[in-house]
Amino acid sequence: MNKLINWVDERLPVVDAWNKHLAKYYAPKNFNVWYFFGSLAMLVLVNQLVTGIWLTMSYNPSAEGAFASVEYIMRDVEWGWLLRYLHSTGASAFFVVVYLHMFRGLMYGSYQKPRELIWIFGMLIYLVLMAEAFMGYLLPWGQMSYWGAQVIVNLFGAIPVIGDDLSLWIRGDYLISGITLNRFFALHVVALPIVLLGLVVLHILALHEVGSNNPDGIDIKKNKDENGIPKDGIPFHPYYTVHDLLGVAVFFFVFFLVLFFFPEMGGLFLEKPNFEPANPLKTPDHIAPVWYFTPFYAMLRAVTVDLFGLDAKFWGVVVMGAAIAILFVLPWLDRSPVRSIRYKGWLSKIALAIFAVSFVILGYLGIVPATEGRTMVAQILTTFYFLYFILMPFYTRMEKTKPVPERVTG
Amino acid sequence: MKKLILGLFMTVLPALALAAAPGVPLDTMEADHTNKASLQRGAATFMNYCAGCHSMEYARYKRVSDDLEIPAELFEENLIFTGAKIGELMEIGMDKDQAAGWFGNAPPDLTLVSRVRGEDWLYSYFRAFYKDDSRPLGVNNAVFDNVGMPHVMVAQQGLCAVPPKIGTNPSVDPLSGNVRGTDICDDWAIEGSMEPGEFNAAMYDLTNFLSYMGDPVKVERERLGILVLIFVAVFFIFAYLLNREYWKDVH
Repeated sequence: MNKLINWVDERLPVVDAWNKHLAKYYAPKNFNVWYFFGSLAMLVLVNQLVTGIWLTMSYNPSAEGAFASVEYIMRDVEWGWLLRYLHSTGASAFFVVVYLHMFRGLMYGSYQKPRELIWIFGMLIYLVLMAEAFMGYLLPWGQMSYWGAQVIVNLFGAIPVIGDDLSLWIRGDYLISGITLNRFFALHVVALPIVLLGLVVLHILALHEVGSNNPDGIDIKKNKDENGIPKDGIPFHPYYTVHDLLGVAVFFFVFFLVLFFFPEMGGLFLEKPNFEPANPLKTPDHIAPVWYFTPFYAMLRAVTVDLFGLDAKFWGVVVMGAAIAILFVLPWLDRSPVRSIRYKGWLSKIALAIFAVSFVILGYLGIVPATEGRTMVAQILTTFYFLYFILMPFYTRMEKTKPVPERVTG
Repeated sequence: MKKLILGLFMTVLPALALAAAPGVPLDTMEADHTNKASLQRGAATFMNYCAGCHSMEYARYKRVSDDLEIPAELFEENLIFTGAKIGELMEIGMDKDQAAGWFGNAPPDLTLVSRVRGEDWLYSYFRAFYKDDSRPLGVNNAVFDNVGMPHVMVAQQGLCAVPPKIGTNPSVDPLSGNVRGTDICDDWAIEGSMEPGEFNAAMYDLTNFLSYMGDPVKVERERLGILVLIFVAVFFIFAYLLNREYWKDVH
């Protein structure tokens, strides 16, 4: 065995890679529960890839056959129902863990120098993930697949001058059709997964270059022992591999509870109208995107005024785009001398709390039909969402921070 | 920080509990896919009264026969009226375009109707027909206004002269099978061959069957789910002990 490893290692740096990324990758010893979600995101990604490959074997990407082939998978393919539910529940689970992972970053300032690139790669992953999920949702070719895609693609039509041609180009047709389904299928199963995997590699390489942050936001590399090993660091393997197993077990418990007992999650993970085949002539009463898009959908709908001779819908698209774009520049908005929320002042704490609560409530408002009152709430919360970022350079500098300890506090 | 986390969960919870949009009041029914007798009766009702116009084109006869423990020969002889083989999909002979001409809309496929509409809606809908001479077929439905479908079970239920009281009565007790508050109609225009309670029970069975058709793997899925959860729980114990052993060295 050793001989084989040596033989390979002389030709490919496997031992070096193993050490660099696992056995001698020193991670801070004070990770808390929030640090499970990175490895869980990886787990879900693998789940999506594997179940996706098997689903592709029985799925028929055509307007005529897509819906029936999904039911064929659910009824006639051996364990097809399990594969499909693993994939559909996995999609929602992906966003759950990614949102929590991102929130962890916000809390502990993991985006701050020197981790700006990790954050940006992470944001790109999030962006690609949204595209991946959106295109995947069209594939079952149910009513909500169809009309959801119709609404979202039409958003591009709101862009002045080029809008209509752009949405036509995306659809490949004058309305969502089999042509659209085929190209979304290609993007969903080939193009975007490749991009996603590449970005995940970059995300992790960049992380392992500078090292992991921790709940104290302390740079553990400042305190090294005589061997050059951070005093507060422990090898990722075996300590965090066994530790992450705990997270995996808890995650699986919740994941399988949903999968086996509530696969539709009350219409949140699989929307009821999607059990009806797509019908271009019959618009559902209420079109709502899947839950993970709804905060942004609520922001889109919150914009109701025409401005500078441009339609409110266009400004809604701008707001929605800006809501995501602003996350990219976050590392340069935070001017605080400390990373972690633990040592930031009360202004930062309140700002983060308001931001998180606004985002969640916006998510709820994006699911339910709009009323005048709800639109007003959405407008206020959208403002809060942006104020969190726009005011960040000011409140992070103004507030009094607590002294950061030399060593991690556990 | 704990408060923040708690606050987060408190705001997520209402969204998770989000139910279907409220519309007309409905009677409730609790489907029970382990009640094979009920499913068999429901299948018989479906094949005899519904399958003339409504397909179940995503499902196969064989699966129904296997799951409901109806012997294949008996099934082929008594429940397949199209001459299809038992391994085939449950399609119908009616032409969709012609049907759209007759009814306004082609009768929809019903394989997944229970997952689109929900069991309560179906159970209420089946019992909610009433006499309305302003409609082309002379009937309307208290749950589905201006429905295009005729009242197929009129000979059994009878025809109510006024909109029946749906959503006001307690319904089938899933444990005992007893039907409570049976009579939903004050004034019958046509008397049916079944007592109201009897008809409710028949419609419970039919709804139960449609519920099964929408989600045929439910019983197996939940059985497996228990085993998987037990496995994960046991796995957690070992993972916990392993983790504790390793982390003894970390101070």
